[in-house]
Amino acid sequence: MIRVELPQHLRTLAGVGPEVTLDVPAPVTQRALLDAIEARYPMLRGTIRDYTTERRRAFLRFFACEEDLSHEPPDALLPERVVRGAEPFLIVGALAGG
Amino acid sequence: MSGVRVLVGTRKGAFILSSDGKREKWDVNGPFFAGWQIYHLKGSPADPNRIYASQTSDWFGQTMQRSNDGGRTWEAVGNKFAYEGVPGTHQWYDGTAHPWEFKRVWHLEPSLTDPDTVYAGVEDAALFRSNDGGQNWSELPGLRTHGSGPKWQPGAGGMCLHTIILDPTNAQRMYIAISAAGAFRTDDGGVTWKPINKGLVSKYIPDPTAEVGHCVHRIAMHNSRPNTLFMQKHWDVMRTDDHGDQWTRVSGNLPTDFGFVIDVHAHEPETIYVVPIKSDSEHFPLDGKLQVFRSRTGGNQWESLTKGLPQRDCYVNVLRDAMAVDALDRCGVYFGTTGGQVYASNDAGDSWNAVVRDLPPVVSVEVQTLSAP
Repeated sequence: MIRVELPQHLRTLAGVGPEVTLDVPAPVTQRALLDAIEARYPMLRGTIRDYTTERRRAFLRFFACEEDLSHEPPDALLPERVVRGAEPFLIVGALAGG
Repeated sequence: MSGVRVLVGTRKGAFILSSDGKREKWDVNGPFFAGWQIYHLKGSPADPNRIYASQTSDWFGQTMQRSNDGGRTWEAVGNKFAYEGVPGTHQWYDGTAHPWEFKRVWHLEPSLTDPDTVYAGVEDAALFRSNDGGQNWSELPGLRTHGSGPKWQPGAGGMCLHTIILDPTNAQRMYIAISAAGAFRTDDGGVTWKPINKGLVSKYIPDPTAEVGHCVHRIAMHNSRPNTLFMQKHWDVMRTDDHGDQWTRVSGNLPTDFGFVIDVHAHEPETIYVVPIKSDSEHFPLDGKLQVFRSRTGGNQWESLTKGLPQRDCYVNVLRDAMAVDALDRCGVYFGTTGGQVYASNDAGDSWNAVVRDLPPVVSVEVQTLSAP
């Protein structure tokens, strides 16, 4: 099971706690993980990545295993510790605004 | 007994203010969607329990919400707004071509007869419609593609379609307005559109009388006179009596005719309201005095309404979607400010009270007039 931490506003929107767990079929890529999140929580479609371009929203970041994965290609494999559930995949809202 | 429900969209959530027909005591509920920008909420005229809301965020994009119980509970509905075909380009601030990109929903206009049909005006400017209660949205591309689109340019707030008016006597006719393109009308249910900007004069564009490019801030109509429209342009208050074919300036004795909101009395089609703002470079009331101006003559002759409004040190703005009227016998008038106040008048503007004073900046105000169950 893959663990994903969502930012507060998306937890509220999806009606979930700080962490959700998902089954993602191999190969586990960023795209496959986001597909799984959106399939389980349809209200999150368009909120993490743009509906049309599928690009990550500019003010969101993806972190895992103390690394910034935001600029990784969507089809790159996620770290092995994320795949086996030892570390969460963090979706983080950038610090900005008031 | 009848009552009212005031739907308030703010920069940090939505609020619902409720009162009975006297409109003296208020219940305040909210924030709903706390922390999100709520550009607009509006109830269905066909079913007041059905309310639509535009929930948006610079972080998370656009989400749409729907209530089926008058705003007590909400559910997220469809938020996919895809332009038909290849969107093409419009003018950017510097005059270069810029790709059309969806950013947010500014305004929602539910059908007059079907609770499941609702229109959405979006940035970058386009008109969408849902026929299934907001689950799926389809563009009415004839507006964006009618020919002048590449000349449209964003106003300071973005290139937004902010006004949608449905003609209650002609289901095929609709009016919309875009900053900064101008006003448009369809007579065939949204298939084709024509600019209706003749008579507008805008000194801030190269050709002040151009067919498009005018920064229309808001248009209002009285249901009994669908051929008459009132407009608050960037500068100038205007009216038309031939469904937009020709506009006439009716600023008259206003101390300044810059502003954003305009609305029409529920029972007097020649009584209109504006909130003059000092200028396009100073977005606050003249001399720190918040004044609503009312004309009982459809423009030109205006009176200042100040009773209950701050008359010193007031430097708020009233944004384009932040005024509404109720339909009770003594017409109620409401407006919200960027300082977080929502003012209500239960006597057609003669006097005002602040229902709330410390909300986040108010973006939109709508009113539902409710009958007793």
